[in-house]
Amino acid sequence: MTVSGGNQEEPQTEGGRSHPAVRSERKIAVIRFPGSNCDLDVVHALRDVVKINCELVWHADFKGSEYAGVVLPGGFSYGDHLRAGIIAAFSPAVKEVKQMASEGKPVIGICNGFQILTESGLLPGALLKNEKLNFVCKWVSLRIDSEKSFFTKGLSGKRLELPVAHGEGRYYIEEDRLREMERNGQIVFRYAARGPEDNENPNPNGSLSNIAGVCNEQGNVVGLMPHPERACEKLLGGEDGLMLLQKFIEIADRRK
Amino acid sequence: MNEKKSEEKENAAEPGTSLTPDEQKEVRKRLGREPNALELGMIDIMWSEHCSYKSSRPILKMLPTTGGAVVVGPGYDAGVIDIGGGWCAAFKIETHNHPSAIDPYNGAATGIGGIVRDILSMGARPVALFDSIHFGSLSSPHSRWLLRNVVKGIGDYGNCIGVPTVGGELQFDEGFERNCLVNAACLGFVRKDKIMKSDTAGEGDHIILAGGSTGRDGIHGVTFASKNLSMESEGERPAVQVGDPFTKKLLIDATLELLEAGLLKSLKDLGGGGLTCASSELAFKSGGGADIDISKIHLREKGMSPYEIMLSESQERMLYIADDARKAGVIAILEKYGIRYAEIGKITKGNYRVLDEKGKVLAEMKASLLTEAPTVDRPTKELKFEGKCMKLNKDISFALGQLMASENLCSRSWIYEQYDHEVGDRTVGKPGHDSAVLLAPNGGAVVVKLDSDSLWCNIDPYKGSAGVVCEAYRNVVSCGGKPLACVDNLSFGNPEKPEVMFQFKESVRGISDALKALETPCVGGNVSFYNEDEETKLSIKPTPVIMMVGVIDSLKKLRKCRMNKGEKLVLVGETRAEIGGSEYCRTILGAHCGVLPEPDLAAEKRNGEFVLANWENINAVHDVSRGGIAYALLEMCVQADMGAKITLDPIPMSGKEHVREEDIVFSETHGRYIIATKKAEELLAAAAKAGVPAAEIGIVGGGKIEIDAYQFKLQDMKEGYGKALWKAMEHNKV
Repeated sequence: MTVSGGNQEEPQTEGGRSHPAVRSERKIAVIRFPGSNCDLDVVHALRDVVKINCELVWHADFKGSEYAGVVLPGGFSYGDHLRAGIIAAFSPAVKEVKQMASEGKPVIGICNGFQILTESGLLPGALLKNEKLNFVCKWVSLRIDSEKSFFTKGLSGKRLELPVAHGEGRYYIEEDRLREMERNGQIVFRYAARGPEDNENPNPNGSLSNIAGVCNEQGNVVGLMPHPERACEKLLGGEDGLMLLQKFIEIADRRK
Repeated sequence: MNEKKSEEKENAAEPGTSLTPDEQKEVRKRLGREPNALELGMIDIMWSEHCSYKSSRPILKMLPTTGGAVVVGPGYDAGVIDIGGGWCAAFKIETHNHPSAIDPYNGAATGIGGIVRDILSMGARPVALFDSIHFGSLSSPHSRWLLRNVVKGIGDYGNCIGVPTVGGELQFDEGFERNCLVNAACLGFVRKDKIMKSDTAGEGDHIILAGGSTGRDGIHGVTFASKNLSMESEGERPAVQVGDPFTKKLLIDATLELLEAGLLKSLKDLGGGGLTCASSELAFKSGGGADIDISKIHLREKGMSPYEIMLSESQERMLYIADDARKAGVIAILEKYGIRYAEIGKITKGNYRVLDEKGKVLAEMKASLLTEAPTVDRPTKELKFEGKCMKLNKDISFALGQLMASENLCSRSWIYEQYDHEVGDRTVGKPGHDSAVLLAPNGGAVVVKLDSDSLWCNIDPYKGSAGVVCEAYRNVVSCGGKPLACVDNLSFGNPEKPEVMFQFKESVRGISDALKALETPCVGGNVSFYNEDEETKLSIKPTPVIMMVGVIDSLKKLRKCRMNKGEKLVLVGETRAEIGGSEYCRTILGAHCGVLPEPDLAAEKRNGEFVLANWENINAVHDVSRGGIAYALLEMCVQADMGAKITLDPIPMSGKEHVREEDIVFSETHGRYIIATKKAEELLAAAAKAGVPAAEIGIVGGGKIEIDAYQFKLQDMKEGYGKALWKAMEHNKV
């Protein structure tokens, strides 16, 4: 396990860097929108812990064809002005993401990234203000309810401990569409009690049917509110996030 | 209301009104002529208490500021210390008391915004935020309203900019009912060879103003902060700035990219005193002057006068200094982030000048005239302290149950769950523990704690303030950190009152003596005077806040501080029957008086060093402070979700025969720790060798907390401790 607190100080592939014209490579992009703030944490988790090739890309420079997969990280893209995720959803970068999704490449949106995916129509449903209207940051317990998604293959029924940190994470969708998603195996993550003796309400935001994350019909586009990148090292409180992010190993080169 | 507002405006348009006749004379002497209105307004703001520290500067000289790990001491935007491996930590604390009392949401939010800019100005990446907030009482609707909005303001701002809020403190005392305190602190990391200071600009360098546009908000913010709050203050809302965390986030990212690319010669943030303060200090520190063309500045509204432009405290603005060769590079990065900017002038060797678009000089003076305000030697008047405190016998079981759920000791999870405390992937010591522990880029960690105690400092500012330093020191030690240095934030009443000045002097003397003894110099700070209510004439209790920073050199030393079944409990340090000013007195007896615990600074240091030296034999450790041994034990049990049993008999104590039980369990004698260990014998042997009083007092395990014959159900204590603040805030919608 890499223990590096200084992930953000080492020279980075900061945004703005120009990319040589290369064909689709075995590497993962992490897109930085103005206001993204979990971008460097995702890069740290993928590069230093999972140890795969990944690049931080400024949204304006993003070309989907250069990458095998993409992460839309958390934060407050465009300051959450108008509504969380909606401005980024109309950006050229997300057009590129849509193209990648249609090619079957894995796309994961975490927190604000999830909000961008629902706002852009890449994922069904919407993320509303938390039931109690307060921002909530704490570790929650999740259950993987579907292995249809690229990131949860072979993990059905697994329990994860991951932190959430959001003000608008209450998943909502119309009832008939919810049933359809359930039939399709698109409900990937649900907040769940830690065990039989855990009487606390596991749901931190009042989301419908305790939904924490969903995928598209093909399973290559996944969005979730909890932060797997914050749970990749024991020191930081847990390693369960690795289960999900490690799936990128299939499509990305290992870092030397 | 409208009438009042127009009056306000008229006052604002008439500068120089807060200068005393002596100060006005001094201005004419130094200038050699009559100042014009703009000049007078600029001097007025720079000579305000808030910008000039004119009352406090002579007294602050007492503080130790050099030696040890200090790299940059007071006088710059933030203090910087060497944490090893070529890396430094920059940190700073500041109040936003006055704005927060009027507009708690925006006041607190911009407090966070301001402190982040200070860290950036040293070239450091801000990685953690802290808050120290003080309100009247949890039972007061007004205080709950303030608390709710202050927390939301800090959360909304900090969460958005992606800097985690990882620690802090919340205290209630009736003295804050009308004047709440909001202290914001920030810590950042910077390579030692990349530290930026505001004294490195040279003649001909370009001054670039970047970020938010300049508007009429916040004009006279600092003169507002340099007087008492009154009913009219409600009408001063325009003097409270409004934050824009999204623009701040872009400024942070752009500044870090500019620093990484080595494009800046210097930089400085715009805070209190606006452009006048930032540009004149930068010019002065660099040994010269500046020409500022105000027609270039991007404005938010039309028709702003030069006076308004120079004094505006609009948020989210930075000054970048670049030479000819690098200017284009700076602009390219600002444009990439879509940040508005203006080239507003150059650094010169001459005077500090403000020009209009035709080059006409609107104001001209030596930069030093602005930055070197004359100090004021304010008289002090000794206050006598009430030594005796009534003694009532209260049942320990009852007292402990009450203390656990009391507004000052109960869990703060209602607050920190609203703060993103995890972003950045560094937070290894999370909120709810003794101190915040953050991974550092040198492969180790830093430990940070904010402490204060207005009750102590009101009873006896000297002992109380020294005690606060001791408590912060112990908290850092309890997380395995070696304390290196601190910054302080001193909130007091009206300095024109000799009694307040006495409190201030005594407090600084107490802090100084403690810092010298503990070898933790003070590398910066902030003073906030005039925390006093006009109508009630009530001054706040003196409230120095200490932000102590320590280091852990190896991650192997990180402890979860969670004790395990079967481990022995060892108490380190001597206990004395010192319950004067204790939480027990305040909460259970309702007595805000008594003789404070005597800070034994030599013992404090010796015991702290003992804990660190024997770290490998320690599994969990908690300092004994507020609430005494009983409360420390309860907190350890709640955190471990496990009971424990202790006996009072072995506790090292002199003259125990005549002491009551509550004097032992609730005593707040300094220099003490409770340790859970599997190696009690080794630990006690080492203590004996080091001359440290220590004794085995109990064992970990079970579902109950037992103190001699007293028994408490762990579940009840968890419930009371964990839920009290939630209940108060969630059940009362106001």
